[in-house]
Amino acid sequence: MSETGDIADLYSMTLRDLARDPAHKGRPEAFDATARGDNPMCGDRVDIYVTLDGDRIREARHVARGCEICQASASLLAELVPGRTQAEAHALGQRAGEIAKSGAGNDTTDELHRLSIFAVVHKFPSRVKCVTLAWNALDAALSGVKETSSE
Amino acid sequence: MDTIISPLFDVTRIRQDFPILSTKVHGKPLTFLDSGASAQKPRAVIEAMTRSMETAYANVHRGAYHLSEAATESYEAARIATQRFLGATEPEEIVFTSNSTAAINFVAHSYGRGVLQPGQFVLTSEMEHHANMVPWQMLRDANIGIGLRYVRVTERGELDLEDLAAKLADGKVGLVALTHMSNVLGTVTPAAQIARMAHEAGAKVLFDGSQAAVHRHVDVTAIDADFYVFTAHKLYGPTGIGVLYGKRKLLDAMPPFLGGGDMIESVTLERTTYAAAPARFEAGTPPIIEAVGLHAAIDYVTNIGMGAIEAHERALVDHAMAVLPGVEGLTLLGGAQDRGGVFAFALDGVHPHDLSTFLDRHGIAVRAGRHCAEPLHTRFGVEGGTTRASFGLYTTPEEIDLLAAKLTEARRFFA
Repeated sequence: MSETGDIADLYSMTLRDLARDPAHKGRPEAFDATARGDNPMCGDRVDIYVTLDGDRIREARHVARGCEICQASASLLAELVPGRTQAEAHALGQRAGEIAKSGAGNDTTDELHRLSIFAVVHKFPSRVKCVTLAWNALDAALSGVKETSSE
Repeated sequence: MDTIISPLFDVTRIRQDFPILSTKVHGKPLTFLDSGASAQKPRAVIEAMTRSMETAYANVHRGAYHLSEAATESYEAARIATQRFLGATEPEEIVFTSNSTAAINFVAHSYGRGVLQPGQFVLTSEMEHHANMVPWQMLRDANIGIGLRYVRVTERGELDLEDLAAKLADGKVGLVALTHMSNVLGTVTPAAQIARMAHEAGAKVLFDGSQAAVHRHVDVTAIDADFYVFTAHKLYGPTGIGVLYGKRKLLDAMPPFLGGGDMIESVTLERTTYAAAPARFEAGTPPIIEAVGLHAAIDYVTNIGMGAIEAHERALVDHAMAVLPGVEGLTLLGGAQDRGGVFAFALDGVHPHDLSTFLDRHGIAVRAGRHCAEPLHTRFGVEGGTTRASFGLYTTPEEIDLLAAKLTEARRFFA
């Protein structure tokens, strides 16, 4: 991997597959909470829908209009948060942001290992918010806020 | 394709005036195609500002000592240079602000609240930069009875002049505020014709010349503009200084916006009388060093010649129009007859953000997003944004060719 970050490292097959994977895309018929994340500078927009089982997230889906990193992050979110408590999901989002900002991705647990695809993003500082937008929207949905932004 | 460029205009030599153009980005030569956001600076500007700080710096309009007098003289010389650059009648018609946005906000506050009457409208358009839209929305929302209208933009990305006429017809528009060149579509608007239409309908007219003043010779007297704004940093000058031109009799009738030092005639605890324009509108310590930089930038482009710059950029536009549509999957936004070197486009299957990162790794700087013109992107059905390449006087046809080649490569990469 080069000093400044190779384009091919950023757009790994894993990231691109996630961005395209339709498994978690689309607005569900019923949900318990939703929020919209907007990046006002670039126009990226992510809607997150969650169904809850008490404090636990049962399912998460997204409708993302955005770049590949933004879509991959939303898909990974939807893959990773089911079964977690709201606090755990929030912590996971914080971790995704840290990994994208600092490149630290040496965790061994499986789910955190999945997040390490964003480690390379720290070499592309303007793209960190592409990772965090979906997670900000999830936080907003869980706290009853309807809209949030990447700013 | 062969591009004929004026022999008087030696772009290779001009590029040597800009130190940053010889730097490398990610190991690649810099291809800077984001001058529409902010232009790079020639050595003449950098050195003039340094010289001012090293030899002639003090606060202006205050001290009766050599350095303050020297600084005042260079600050006021910048005003005269700006007056000549715009073809204004007197230097007093030039107000220094911090940028174009500040200049428009100033007009919205001072002229909007101080001169426009309840029941009157401001008329702007769908293709404005947010800087020439949001201040008017704020004025409309201030509950002082001033309304807001928008001129439509045609499918080709030109101002719909019939719609302009229709929206002026009832005589209720007090101020027309339009761009002189779109920062997204590159469309140059027919300023003189617009001013004539506005005046016939009893309205004053403001042009946002942030883009136009960089690419064309602008003569506010010939256009008969009432207000004209531009910013130094897009004209190869520094950030932190912008220009508001206003006709003398309009400025004289306008109340101050910011209160403070340097804008007063006399102050007692009970009341203050204000200085005449332009001092009345320049409260506080002004951008002194930046004015020197603006002056140097004006001298720089004037020495090359705005006509020569315009001819060079026309050739670049022709070249881009010949090359870019040939890129598979590329859709240009707008196709105005009269356009400058700004091209916003969508590349099928590639998000603007991903494209911009891809190009950056090849040393190419472009802008991705909605370029502070969200309603225009909605108008053209590209809510998610576009990628924009914008040219400066140092741009070469080879750089456009490189862009086109890398766009094709990007499409393969993201396929």
